[in-house]
Amino acid sequence: MDDDERPLSLVLFSGTDDKLSAAAVLAVGAAAMQRPVNVFLQYYALDAFRRDRIHADHALSPEATAAQVPAVHGQHGEHWSELLKQAKEVGEVGIHACALSMEMFKLTKADLDPLVDDIEGVAAFMADATGPMVFI
Amino acid sequence: MITTEPTKTIDARGMACPGPLMALIGAIRQGKVGDTFEVWSSDAGSKTDIPAWVTKARHELVSVVEEPAYAKFTIRKAR
Repeated sequence: MDDDERPLSLVLFSGTDDKLSAAAVLAVGAAAMQRPVNVFLQYYALDAFRRDRIHADHALSPEATAAQVPAVHGQHGEHWSELLKQAKEVGEVGIHACALSMEMFKLTKADLDPLVDDIEGVAAFMADATGPMVFI
Repeated sequence: MITTEPTKTIDARGMACPGPLMALIGAIRQGKVGDTFEVWSSDAGSKTDIPAWVTKARHELVSVVEEPAYAKFTIRKAR
């Protein structure tokens, strides 16, 4: 396997719209460049994928200063969920919910947006994570 | 330079990165081998992304023409 075809693994922890957007841009770029992408949703990122609130305002991360917020809100790109949908259309992208975080928030698969493919334990995720891993 | 009308023109000006590239990918997938696509993009990322993707996907970058506020990329679907 060529080095540039190794899967990219994105571990999403943060549930704010800015970090989810940054992650979704990486996912769609990797998918466009024909790299498989594995996404693992933990903690607040998982909560942001709830079917009933995926399009809600998930706020910005604490490092966004008051001066930066207008620039972030003025960004006219696609919503992160739409970017992930595009990533799935052009490439091989799996989105997995962390079983432990599911339990923590008392969630079932039916509570999650259909973008989420399945629920996985951490070992199953690691079995596929043979390339670089990014934690966001 | 011989200029011919592109099979399809995609006006992606104003779209944020990676929107113009994704619009191109979608159009190329629906096209036929030999079709040409002209993408207009004002996104600075397109200047690196579109050539990188065209190489990776083994299509052909025919030309890049810089206009004052955007660039026109012409791509031929090669396979």
